[in-house]
Amino acid sequence: MTAALRLFSRNRLALAGGITLALVLLLALAVPLLPLADPDVTNTANRFRPPFSDGALLGTDHLGRDLLSRLLWGTRLSLAVGFAAAAIAATIGAAIGVVAGFYGGRLDNVIMRGVDMLMAFPYILLALAIVAALGPGLLNALIAVAAVNVPFFARNIRGITVGLAHKEFVDAARLSGLSRPQIILTEILPNVLPVIVIAMSTTIGWMILETAGLSFLGLGSQPPQADLGSMLGEARAALISHPHTSVVPGLMILVIVMSINLLGDGIRDALDPRLKSGALSRPMAATLVRRRAAAPEPRLKGILALEGLETEFHIGARKLRAVGGVSLAVEPGECLGIIGESGSGKSVTALSVTRLVASPPGIVTGGAVRYRGDDLIAAPYERLRAVRGGEIAYIFQDPLATLHPLYRVGDQLVEAIQAHQKIGTHAARRKAIELLRDVRIPNPERRISDYPHEMSGGMRQRVGIAMALANDPEVIIADEPTTALDVTVQAQILSLLDDLRHSRDLAIVFITHDFGVVAQLCDRVAVMYAGKVVEEGPTKAVLAAPRHPYTARLIACVPELGGGRRRLEAIPGLPPAVDRLPEGCAFADRCTKARSECRAGEIPLAPEGDRAVRCLFPEESPAREAAE
Amino acid sequence: MGGYILRRLLSAVPVLLGITVIVFLIMALIPGDPATAILGSYATPENVARINRELGLDAPLWRQYLIWLGNMLQGDFGQSFALNRPVLDEVLERFGATLILAGTAFVLCALLGIVAGTVSAANQYGWADKTITFAVLLGISIPSFFLGMMMILLFAVRLRWFPVSGMWPIYGARDAAALISHLAMPALALAVVATGVVARLSRSALLEVLRQDFIRTARAKGVHERSVIWRHALRAAMVSILPVLGIQAGFVLSGAVYIEIVFQWPGIGRMLVDAILRRDILLVQGGVVFVAVCYVFFNIVVDVAQSLLDPRIRT
Repeated sequence: MTAALRLFSRNRLALAGGITLALVLLLALAVPLLPLADPDVTNTANRFRPPFSDGALLGTDHLGRDLLSRLLWGTRLSLAVGFAAAAIAATIGAAIGVVAGFYGGRLDNVIMRGVDMLMAFPYILLALAIVAALGPGLLNALIAVAAVNVPFFARNIRGITVGLAHKEFVDAARLSGLSRPQIILTEILPNVLPVIVIAMSTTIGWMILETAGLSFLGLGSQPPQADLGSMLGEARAALISHPHTSVVPGLMILVIVMSINLLGDGIRDALDPRLKSGALSRPMAATLVRRRAAAPEPRLKGILALEGLETEFHIGARKLRAVGGVSLAVEPGECLGIIGESGSGKSVTALSVTRLVASPPGIVTGGAVRYRGDDLIAAPYERLRAVRGGEIAYIFQDPLATLHPLYRVGDQLVEAIQAHQKIGTHAARRKAIELLRDVRIPNPERRISDYPHEMSGGMRQRVGIAMALANDPEVIIADEPTTALDVTVQAQILSLLDDLRHSRDLAIVFITHDFGVVAQLCDRVAVMYAGKVVEEGPTKAVLAAPRHPYTARLIACVPELGGGRRRLEAIPGLPPAVDRLPEGCAFADRCTKARSECRAGEIPLAPEGDRAVRCLFPEESPAREAAE
Repeated sequence: MGGYILRRLLSAVPVLLGITVIVFLIMALIPGDPATAILGSYATPENVARINRELGLDAPLWRQYLIWLGNMLQGDFGQSFALNRPVLDEVLERFGATLILAGTAFVLCALLGIVAGTVSAANQYGWADKTITFAVLLGISIPSFFLGMMMILLFAVRLRWFPVSGMWPIYGARDAAALISHLAMPALALAVVATGVVARLSRSALLEVLRQDFIRTARAKGVHERSVIWRHALRAAMVSILPVLGIQAGFVLSGAVYIEIVFQWPGIGRMLVDAILRRDILLVQGGVVFVAVCYVFFNIVVDVAQSLLDPRIRT
């Protein structure tokens, strides 16, 4: 709540709205005490005096009445009617909504049908029909405006009540023998009240506008009494000759409604958790780059080489270090596995390569990504766009979410092709069919017109792979491409990727949390933990004799068919939060071998022949023994 | 597709019946009887009874409703006593004028609102976003009738770009050019509020979509950011924008009442207000039912458009 208040007070527009509204309200309340002329005394000798004339600050209207006095009295009336209409609509609507939502069943059904019926009207028709039946007049206009807004409240509050009616505390009240009206009063009402108040704050401006509108039409307040709407309505006849009589009340309505809207928006934003967490900010076309130091000198060989890559998420004051200096390289025809638990930074590493990390909040804060020697982190957008999908292509995890749900897969393939090749749609379409055939989709001529939701998970992932192959890329980054699939389909997809790698001399970076998949596909593997590579080496060697305790524990977690009876070792504890990384080894808290030196300072990734390990006391014995 | 449309049409039947019941009941609430309203204060009891019998008002309420409904289904909406002509003729004539005004405003609000919202979302927190957000706030806070009056002062009286009011010139040809010059100001004034609402919603719908995985896929494919926004994101956002367009159509129709008064547009809103002030009940009744029914059908069109947009609904 205090966070919400702080957020609100930082919103200067909302604050300005709140202050303006408070001033107008105060003024309206104080009207009877102010030394104002009588708003209804006519003086035809003094008609249409301009503003700032003697004795009439805002001038006079068509009957010589003091405009300032009429404006303030009218404001008072408009506000009173608007608030009253909102209060009535909220009370009746909430009562209907609570009853319908709480009792449910047929009663709920009947009531909500009625509400839907009322909402099928353009609101003014209903308001006009009610005024037509009751006759023009301010009170009747108020009733009409309140009535047309009842369905809105009823529907909102019903939704909330339905959710509450099955909560534990309501059940508890039921068991304690309270009657249903008692439960509504003591348990439900206190919980829906805040929602009612917020709904009111967002609609009250609207109600003031609507009542002003009816008065403007001559169906609301009747002369000599005047609210802001009827002042405007009366002034309209003299609009062209004496515009000030129209401008004065019109501006007042604008000021009131605008300040209410500003305030309402501010309240809504302050209470929206998504706004606080930044979940509603738009990710930019490429991840922001704010490198703390110059790009490091090229050191690694390979078509794609990451050197000391650092990516952080800045959320408010927190800085989450998702990737903390990763160096990796891959050669053509080679498959590099990156393995780690969720949250280890493996996906962020992969996305950082072509700067696809959502930004905000993501920022690349250091290192370089060299593709054929070019630093992509420093590349301009157009170069990056040419690389994306053209030279480095991605395969993502869940193709139902990663394919556009509203375009046919063929159109999405054609688009991928045309993004990099200047060919006509017909040629691109033929190529798309070829691609679908390459990834062994049966009947590609027909399947090309399918929407993603019409395909099976395996077929969709094949489309994802076809899309990655569309422009004959040099590197494919596969981010857990088989995680969402069942095991047989997984095996098919893996063998497909393996074939493609050999036939096209592709470099593949394969991200997974599954050592089984790594063993099947990858030549080399890098193990990531808390944003850093803790061990790297040829897959066979690492699997046979892990050097880092974490790798050893991770391998011990993999169940093995026919491996006999052995305990499956879960790793105790959780990975550290990446905004509070401990000094030294991040795994120390979960490691059985940790000593004080492990927590003393940065531990380098020490090379050992074709392997490397980031540990002061690496494992000596093969994995099996360590696990047993 | 045909099946979907048919189902949607059938589901509208109870809504349509409900609308007629509501209108009928509200009108039945009217204090005093229509006979006295028609005959004025000199009504004799015999005359009142005769009028009541002629209008069928001596029958029980449910029978009155059925007779009224049956007559309407046969195109007989009754006779306007003030205008002395069939209600349906007057309604149809006036509704045409409203359709031109509200239809134009609706197209304007949909186009402007979606474009403004998309630009706003694509440049979130940039100057374009801030400018649009403020303009939207101003737009949804200004009473359309006040805006219309100020537009008359500026564009018609001072700058003389457009005629002050009316639908056609008093003298001169009734051609398209004349209509457009008369239509421009009222259509714009009417569109402003709805444009604001649509822009606001489009912005938030787009921001929601822009964080989805398939947008990242589009970027990973190397699709230009322009088409990431205007093709991929907007297409997906339309799924939540379209239903709001349906609701806004109702608001545009409602706002037309004020705009027709301000600009003296000979539409159905002005007809209804005049009829209420003259207590011409049958005209009010007929006009309200007619517009409400049109609105229900319009919403069916919106739903069908929605199903064309989103293949997942159809199956």
